[in-house]
Amino acid sequence: MRTRKLEELFFRTLMVLATILVAGSFFLIVGTVFIKGIHYMNLDMITKTPGGGFYIGKEGGVLNAIIGSFYVAGGATILGLIISIPVAIFINLYMDGKRFLSNTIRMAFDVLFGIPSIVYGAFGFLIMVYFGIRASLLGGIIAVTLLVIPILVRTLDEVIRTVPFELRDAALSLGATRWETAKVVLRQIRPGIFTAILLSFGRAIGDVASVLFTAGFSDNVPTSLHEPAATLPLAIFFQLGSPVEEVQGRGYASALILTIIVLIITVLADLLIKKYSKHKI
Amino acid sequence: MLVFTLASVSLLLVIGIGLYYKSAPIIHQLSWGTLITSTVWKPLKGLFGFFPFIMGTLWVTGIAIIIALPLCLLTALYIVEYAPVRIKRILTPFVNLLSGIPPVIFGVWGVLFIIPLIQIYIAPHFVEFSTGYSVLAGGIVLAVMIFPLIVSIISEVLRTIPQELKDASLALGATKWETIKKVILRKALPGIVAATVLAISRAFGETIAVLMVCGNNAAVPHSVFDPGYPLPALIANNYGEMLSIPSYDSALMFAALLLFIIILLFNIISRVILTRLERRLAG
Repeated sequence: MRTRKLEELFFRTLMVLATILVAGSFFLIVGTVFIKGIHYMNLDMITKTPGGGFYIGKEGGVLNAIIGSFYVAGGATILGLIISIPVAIFINLYMDGKRFLSNTIRMAFDVLFGIPSIVYGAFGFLIMVYFGIRASLLGGIIAVTLLVIPILVRTLDEVIRTVPFELRDAALSLGATRWETAKVVLRQIRPGIFTAILLSFGRAIGDVASVLFTAGFSDNVPTSLHEPAATLPLAIFFQLGSPVEEVQGRGYASALILTIIVLIITVLADLLIKKYSKHKI
Repeated sequence: MLVFTLASVSLLLVIGIGLYYKSAPIIHQLSWGTLITSTVWKPLKGLFGFFPFIMGTLWVTGIAIIIALPLCLLTALYIVEYAPVRIKRILTPFVNLLSGIPPVIFGVWGVLFIIPLIQIYIAPHFVEFSTGYSVLAGGIVLAVMIFPLIVSIISEVLRTIPQELKDASLALGATKWETIKKVILRKALPGIVAATVLAISRAFGETIAVLMVCGNNAAVPHSVFDPGYPLPALIANNYGEMLSIPSYDSALMFAALLLFIIILLFNIISRVILTRLERRLAG
């Protein structure tokens, strides 16, 4: 009898410890980045582009990379939405009675979701070579769009499935076409679309492997789609590789900036999901 | 809509074909067998042996799974079976937040925290000298990266186990842990396997964080303190020079193809298991 109780206690303690470790790793990571990064943080970092001797430790900031990242992530998310919303609508509203087919399509997106960003990067690079596009903002947006499409489709699909069947049936029985019904459904899932946008944007802004070959790097803020664009994660990676201490430090500060941006996005998405599920019919 | 759907689904096929088409020259030149089993990596002499990189990937992934799986299983069990609602509510956001952190930040953390930890505190007990940049560092960083994935999938699987089963076991006088051991884990086994397979495939493809901490030395690692050079890191690191050396680009695309095939298979396997599980519980 006692050994049973002891065993219970033992494993329960183990579980609590494991949970503390898993949840605590978040604080460990953010804490480490914060402590290291805050030293080198200043206003110049977020308001200036790299100056003359930036890479040997002289003046400047990473504004080019911050804006570049927003361009790439924003462009990819918009392009991704244009493709994903019709796909999600199609799977849910136009495939009645074809459960097997729609489930197969869903699985294909699940699998696409699992493909690593380096493969999307390599494939994006192949597309660029094929069409003769140089490493540029456009190239980066193409590769990252491929990366976010599965995220968007999966999220939108899940949200659409929470819309009650009765609503669609009511619309259809009133004589609405499927497309008109789709409009009703789209209105219902508006907050869900915002969640999908945030999730996709958050993933896109933090990814390196997909932009490594495709977006290039530049000290200037890109003014056209055909110019190379710096991205924040890549800027962190390059600065960390520098032997100059000052530059490395700026890498830590850039890491802090990226962490803050991503955390804000994740928290917003989380709040939105919570709010949304509260008002669900 | 049909066009968009078909186009994005066929992306899987197009990526596969595109990568194969680009790596075909090197496959014809050296054959699958040689490429995968040869250990000599000398691009300048036209020798492309991927064995060290495959081993690097396996070491790093193996270490990550060994660390992450038990921890995540215990965490998921705690969250689903034991934790009071209040604590559950506090814990779930952290798992979400962790999954939102970009790979490069994990890399920075690895360099700042894990590398010194291994170099100064862990390695001296086992080996004479280690820079800290090792497959162990890669494995630890990867383990933390796959925490959220494993925890969320296993928790979901655990939640689908019918309450009646647990109640029956408890009513027979079993303790909570005995119920977990003999009823819940047994029922959840396929789901745990699926989560593991999915986590392995995620770990396989992770690039930048691993690249930053695991030393990138093109040799087969023999201990956890040896540096390794996983496939994704190989692709990312050599992109710059790949156009100047003949058949180098083809070889790197072969690396991408290899990753793609392995991950595709693993993903399909785990998704099939998970869908079956879902259907069995729904039906």
